[in-house]
Amino acid sequence: MSDEKPPPSLAELDARLKKAREGKESQSGPGKYHRLPQSPLGIALRIGTELVAAMIVGVGGGLLLDRWLGTAPWGLIVMFFLGAAAGILNVYRAITGLGLAPGYRRAREEDNERPNGDAH
Amino acid sequence: MDPLHQFQINPILQIVIAGYDVSFTNSAFFMAAAVALIYALLVFGMSGRALVPGRLQSLAEIFYEFVANMVRDNAGHDARPYFPFVFAIFMFVLFGNLVGMIPFTFTFTSHIIVTFTLAATVFVFVTVLALMKHGLHFFSFFMPHGAPVMLAPILIPIEVISYLMRPVSLSIRLFANMMAGHTMLKVFAGFTVMMISGLGAVGFLAGLVPLAINIALTGFEFLVAFLQAYVFSILTCLYIRDALELH
Repeated sequence: MSDEKPPPSLAELDARLKKAREGKESQSGPGKYHRLPQSPLGIALRIGTELVAAMIVGVGGGLLLDRWLGTAPWGLIVMFFLGAAAGILNVYRAITGLGLAPGYRRAREEDNERPNGDAH
Repeated sequence: MDPLHQFQINPILQIVIAGYDVSFTNSAFFMAAAVALIYALLVFGMSGRALVPGRLQSLAEIFYEFVANMVRDNAGHDARPYFPFVFAIFMFVLFGNLVGMIPFTFTFTSHIIVTFTLAATVFVFVTVLALMKHGLHFFSFFMPHGAPVMLAPILIPIEVISYLMRPVSLSIRLFANMMAGHTMLKVFAGFTVMMISGLGAVGFLAGLVPLAINIALTGFEFLVAFLQAYVFSILTCLYIRDALELH
């Protein structure tokens, strides 16, 4: 064992680098989510902002619709309930980890591994 | 003594154009300062281009790699072209939060108009991106997959509202965190002053309690400054991913 191993050739190094890079990329490719930081206080704040934002958009939108179409108070009433529903829906999504996307497609696709191919 | 006094906007340079007040304010000054700091960090930090980075270069590289990994992990490979956008948002919010932690400075991220403008930029960017990538197909986004058509009149408005909520909740989260934190710091500092002026010698001892809390809060505020910048940009990444993949 007097001779040490010769240093690897450039091509060899290149191949190894490539392999390492591929491993890293497949490990953290799309589909793997970094969850948002989830301390109890963070969750509470998140739910709070979700609800408040939904009410702001719902009620604000309702008032604007009323002013635009002159339908007071119906725009406000309808949009109030729709906003509340959207807020609850988003809280549900945030807690069950569906993320922030509208629709339920992501959950469906992940559960059933795309039952009917590419639906969209 | 007013804990909300710190959020007051004061014009530094009065400018009125066509009846509109477009003064250069303290808020604008610290935005410019944040941008100048970011620019200085990146330009001076990377000017050496050393193989073994020095302190500034390490810092610049850490920020770059942190955001690059965040974009890759959360928005996917196709989101590479949008890295500069996320990087700009992250650095601007982070430096805004951190500059605000220096005494006697102004925290521009504690104003909802600033955070809302940032969030609205993200929102418009993401919506235009989705429309460009998918055309009118984008609007299928608002009808949950597999839901009965009967429910469409209810479901579509709800989904539209929850889509429009994005910039609102994004901006409220950042602004509320920054404003609450800075108000709390001022309130506890105010307790110390009140105790000293009200209780005399005993007050100096009693005043140490809120001071100790304030020290802990300052540390906590630094955490919040990082965390909120992180949350803001990670949500931007998730929205970009939604726009690209259109689930």
